[in-house]
Amino acid sequence: MTPTPPPEILRAPLVVEFPFTRSLGPVQSAFLTGLRERTVLGVRTEGGRVLVPPVEYDPETAAELRELVEVAATGTVTTWAWNPEPRSGQPLDTPFAWALVRLDGADTALLHALDAPGPDAVRTGMRVRVRWAAERAGAITDIACFEPYGGDAEGGEPAPHSGEFDDPVTGIVAPARLDYTYSPGRAQTRYLQALSERRTVGERCPSCAKVYVPPRGACPTCGIATTDRVEVGPRGTVTTFCIVNIKAKNLDIEVPYVYAHIALDGAGLALHGRIGGIPYDQVRMGLRVEPVWSGDGRYPDHYRPTGEPDADYDTYKELL
Amino acid sequence: MSKEPVAIVGVGQTKHVAARRDVSLAGLVREAAARALADAELTWADVDAVVIGKAPDFFEGVMMPELYLADALGAVGKPMLRVHTAGSVGGSTALVAANLVAARVHRTVLTLAFEKQSESNAMWGLSLPVPFQQPLLAGAGGFFAPHVRAYMRRTGAPDTIGSLVAYKDRRNALKNPWAHLHEHDITLEKVQASPMLWDPIRYSETCPSSDGACAMVLTDRAGADRAPRPAAWVHGGAMRSEPTLFAGKDFVSPRAGRDCAADVYRQAGITDPRRQIDAVEMYVPFSWYEPMWLENLGFAAEGEGWKLTEAGVTELDGDLPVNPSGGVLSTNPIGASGMIRFAEAALQVRGEAGAHQVDGARRALGHAYGGGAQFFSMWLVGAEPPAG
Ligand SMILES: [Zn+2]
Repeated sequence: MTPTPPPEILRAPLVVEFPFTRSLGPVQSAFLTGLRERTVLGVRTEGGRVLVPPVEYDPETAAELRELVEVAATGTVTTWAWNPEPRSGQPLDTPFAWALVRLDGADTALLHALDAPGPDAVRTGMRVRVRWAAERAGAITDIACFEPYGGDAEGGEPAPHSGEFDDPVTGIVAPARLDYTYSPGRAQTRYLQALSERRTVGERCPSCAKVYVPPRGACPTCGIATTDRVEVGPRGTVTTFCIVNIKAKNLDIEVPYVYAHIALDGAGLALHGRIGGIPYDQVRMGLRVEPVWSGDGRYPDHYRPTGEPDADYDTYKELL
Repeated sequence: MSKEPVAIVGVGQTKHVAARRDVSLAGLVREAAARALADAELTWADVDAVVIGKAPDFFEGVMMPELYLADALGAVGKPMLRVHTAGSVGGSTALVAANLVAARVHRTVLTLAFEKQSESNAMWGLSLPVPFQQPLLAGAGGFFAPHVRAYMRRTGAPDTIGSLVAYKDRRNALKNPWAHLHEHDITLEKVQASPMLWDPIRYSETCPSSDGACAMVLTDRAGADRAPRPAAWVHGGAMRSEPTLFAGKDFVSPRAGRDCAADVYRQAGITDPRRQIDAVEMYVPFSWYEPMWLENLGFAAEGEGWKLTEAGVTELDGDLPVNPSGGVLSTNPIGASGMIRFAEAALQVRGEAGAHQVDGARRALGHAYGGGAQFFSMWLVGAEPPAG
């Protein structure tokens, strides 16, 4: 083929997000329900230390921990870092300090936001207190943030607590979101560019001579780069298939339909596509098909029979 | 210097169910680990290292959960390793633990695998939309069903074989108190009447989605001498991988699976697996994979696997019982499923499998695979210590 100038490599945003659920178990359930009731709970270890936030198992002895205690809503900053540019989803939308706060009665520190006018107003050892959120639902965000506090440590031992509340929170939703910039790379970009001209162009491995469609830029068997571009198809053979009878979410295809592996003529392995233009129960292994392009689609919408005689099993059995 | 013999002296599982809303991830793994320690009559202090496995982090959305699970598994101050090889991970996790004992790096290792599928949606996690790529057209079963059709074409297997496997595994599960699915009213007719989802795969021929964990305590010869109950001994173990897609890949009988089995048999001195192995726990997420793996693992000649299933050889009272526990078809906490296969093989040769015990099992194979037939892991365990 005549060399073509390399196309601009494609890039696009890719957002991955999901509302994960969390079953809390007894200790986290008590802790988060407590926050809803403006009560901060810790757990006492076998060695007598009070951990806030509480954990289910002793970090030193591995013992199961269930002895809950209530600690104060006031405490001392043990260390901190200034956050000049809060991001979406963080506790405050104005600059704040991330602080580790050892609440009075606790032996360990809790990470949260500290609302302060600037880094000059924050120091290790400063006294702070919880600022409760107006609306509380049983989540760490029920503590809106910490704020500076002039008072002394409230004395006394942490008080035993049953951890029992009416209507306990037993699960939470933890939404997660990742923002990427995705690039399919050189080989896929050239493949997609050819598809936009309704041609299917794979790449041949210089070692084993197999033609990869779609190309990945390297042969996974030989581990070397593929550069030799080879047009395949447009016709091909159905090597195997299934009949899909259940509607997949976010797919606008009427069931039943046939999902097939199609070895385009000249390709070293099959790609996947839908078969149309024939009743679903008449599709068979060896059926000869050709792509049907939709108006502005980047891919063939589906493949339809060419009318040729079926391919002999021996001609495609190595591609199964 | 020869390898240290590796013994399995403790096995623990959770009761596998669709959703364990009463426990956190920590509470779930703790249950299995505590049961494995109790079986071995050991305490957390007796464990030298922890090797943990699970499938992709996307399945629960906790990144690197092993960090947060160290407390629950008594791993603070000890080495803790995470293994990840997709659906085969439970098997490869056990093999990493076994290798640590065999190499005399540690004397007693706790190994554990888990999945809490109810916290997310595995189908979502496996089919993230990628820009410029055509969306996946068919779902999980749609990935496997064309390979099943290829197997049927290649071997001439009658289309009833898949339902025989599902009927057998679901009946076996009724004898296993830890299994997820307990379908007391199961009949072959019900399996065969269930909806065809991805023709040729029926609903009843697919695995469930489970929350569960499985743990084992592995130890050296001295540890086995102190164990209160019979040990299972590792006679061979291997892992193999190959790309998910490549020109020339045999999806029906992947080469990585054949090579992995051959390696395990060589280590264990197995020359005739069909005669020398008494029970098999293989990773069968869709029922047709039983005859496919029977061939891939060398229990039947190419094209003959389905005949063993059809003749009842793989039934609990057959002469090569496959998945006496009920298998993945009855219980599928993805990351744990491979370890459950390995652990159930160990229970069989220890004589500790309860109502699904295979009479007189002396050698058993545990098998796992994952990632679209990309990763394979297997071990062969015996009732006697390995020779030499
Ligand atoms: Zn090559």
